Amino acid sequence: MNSFPGTGYEGKNWTEFMEGIWERNPVFVMVLGMCPTLAVTVSAINSISMGLATTFVMAASCWLVSLLRHQIPKEVRIATYIVIIATFVTVVDYAIQAISLDMYEALGAYIQLIVANCLVLGRAEAHAARNAPLPAALNGLGMGLGFTLGLVMIGGVREILGAGTLLGFSLFGANFQPWVVMVLPPGGFFVMGGWLLVFALVRARRERAAVAAQET
Amino acid sequence: MSTQNDNPPNPLPAKVGDYGLAADAASEASPAQITPTVAMIRTLGLVSLICGLIIVGSFEITLPAAQANRRLAAERAVFKVIPAAKSIAEYVALPGGGIEPRVGAGDTAIVPGAVKFFAAYDAAGQLAGIAAEGAAKGYADTVRVMFGYSPACQCVVGIGVVSMRETPGIGDKIITDKDFLANFKALDTKVSKELAALANEIKVVKHGTKTQPWQIDAIAGATITSRAVGKGINEAAQMLLPRLVPNLDKIRSKP
Repeated sequence: MNSFPGTGYEGKNWTEFMEGIWERNPVFVMVLGMCPTLAVTVSAINSISMGLATTFVMAASCWLVSLLRHQIPKEVRIATYIVIIATFVTVVDYAIQAISLDMYEALGAYIQLIVANCLVLGRAEAHAARNAPLPAALNGLGMGLGFTLGLVMIGGVREILGAGTLLGFSLFGANFQPWVVMVLPPGGFFVMGGWLLVFALVRARRERAAVAAQET
Repeated sequence: MSTQNDNPPNPLPAKVGDYGLAADAASEASPAQITPTVAMIRTLGLVSLICGLIIVGSFEITLPAAQANRRLAAERAVFKVIPAAKSIAEYVALPGGGIEPRVGAGDTAIVPGAVKFFAAYDAAGQLAGIAAEGAAKGYADTVRVMFGYSPACQCVVGIGVVSMRETPGIGDKIITDKDFLANFKALDTKVSKELAALANEIKVVKHGTKTQPWQIDAIAGATITSRAVGKGINEAAQMLLPRLVPNLDKIRSKP
C-alpha cells in the first residue's frame, strides 16, 4: 500500500502525495488560500467543485512547471508560473461553463481567483520548480485533494447548520430552523476557527504523547 | 530573507521556511549566472505559445456545450414565467422601433441599444406571452430577473430570478415570499398613448402600502432586493414595451 509499484519512485511518491492531505494540509496546517476557503464553502457541493477545480489547476500547473523547470530563467520565473496557472484556470473555467451553468453561477468569480490563490503559486515555487514532473504532479494532486478535504469539512458543517441539509438532502425534517449566520460570511470564520481548534488540540496531544514516550 | 535565519532564537518552527515563497532564493542567486536577455524572451514566448494553444483548444472544445447550457437556462426561465408556453422564439426590439428575429448567438450579435426578448407560443402555435430580462443592482450583486408579459392584459404576469447573490434567508425571499410574488400576477405595464414610455412607472413601495396596480409591495426586511427587482423590470419594460406593442401583430403566431 505504501508505494506505486513499477514507477521507480516507490514510497517517495506516496509521501509526496500524502504530504498535502494530512501532514501539511493546505487549509488546516498551512492555512493558505483562505479567500475561496471562506467564500465558497456555503454548501458541501460548492466546496467539492471548488476543491476539484483547484486540484486540477494545481496538478496540471505543477506538472508543466516541473517539465519546463530547466528552461525557465529565475528572473522571469514568477511571470511564467502565473501564465501557466492562469492557463489551467481558464481551462477549468470553460469546462465548468460546459458542465453546469448553475455551478458556474454558484462559484462565480472564485474560479478566476484560483489564479491568485497563494497555495498554487506557493507549490509551483517551493516544490514543482525543484522536482521531477511525476512527483511534482503527485504533490500538487495531494495538496489539491487536501484542500478539497478542508473545504468539504468546512462546507459540510456550514450546510448542515445553516440550511439543515447535506448535499441537498434534508437532514432534520421541516421543523428545523436554519442557523442562517452559518451560511453568511461570519459563519465561515466560526467553522474555520472551530476546525483549527480541533486540529491544534490533536497536535498538542500528540506532541505531549511523544514527549512522554521519550521520557520513559 | 537571510536575516531571518541569522536570528538564533527563532521562535518559528524549523519547517516554516518551506511553506512560503522563495524561502531560499537568496542562496540560489550568484552574480556569475546572469541569464541572457534572449533566453528570457525565448522562454516567455514559448510558454505563452503553449498556454495560448491550450486555452484556445479548450475554448473551442467546450463552446458548443456551454452555448447549449446557456440556451437551456434561458428557456427554463421563460417556461417558468409563462406556464402556457410550449415553444419559444428569440427576437430583438431595435432602438428606432420595430422588431426582428434574433440571428446569431452571443451578446455581440445584438445592435447597440436593442433589447432582447422571447416570444412564447402555446401548443396551437399562438402567442402565449412575452418574456424579457431586467437587471438592477441589489444588496450584494446584480439581480437579474426574467419577467413574463401578457399582451392581453398589458401586464406582467410572472417573474423568475435568473441570477442573484442576495443574502440567504433575507434577500432571496424574492423567489419564495408568496405575498411578494402576488405583486406579479397582474402588474400594470400599460404603454402611454404616445408610445414613448409606460403610462405609469413601475414603483416599489414600502411593505403594506401598495394602492395602485403598477406598484410593487416590498418585502419587509428585504427592501433593497425588492427595489432591485422593481427597478430591473421597470427599466427593461420602459425600453422594450413601447417598441413591442405596435408590432405585436407581427409575432401573433409561431414563425
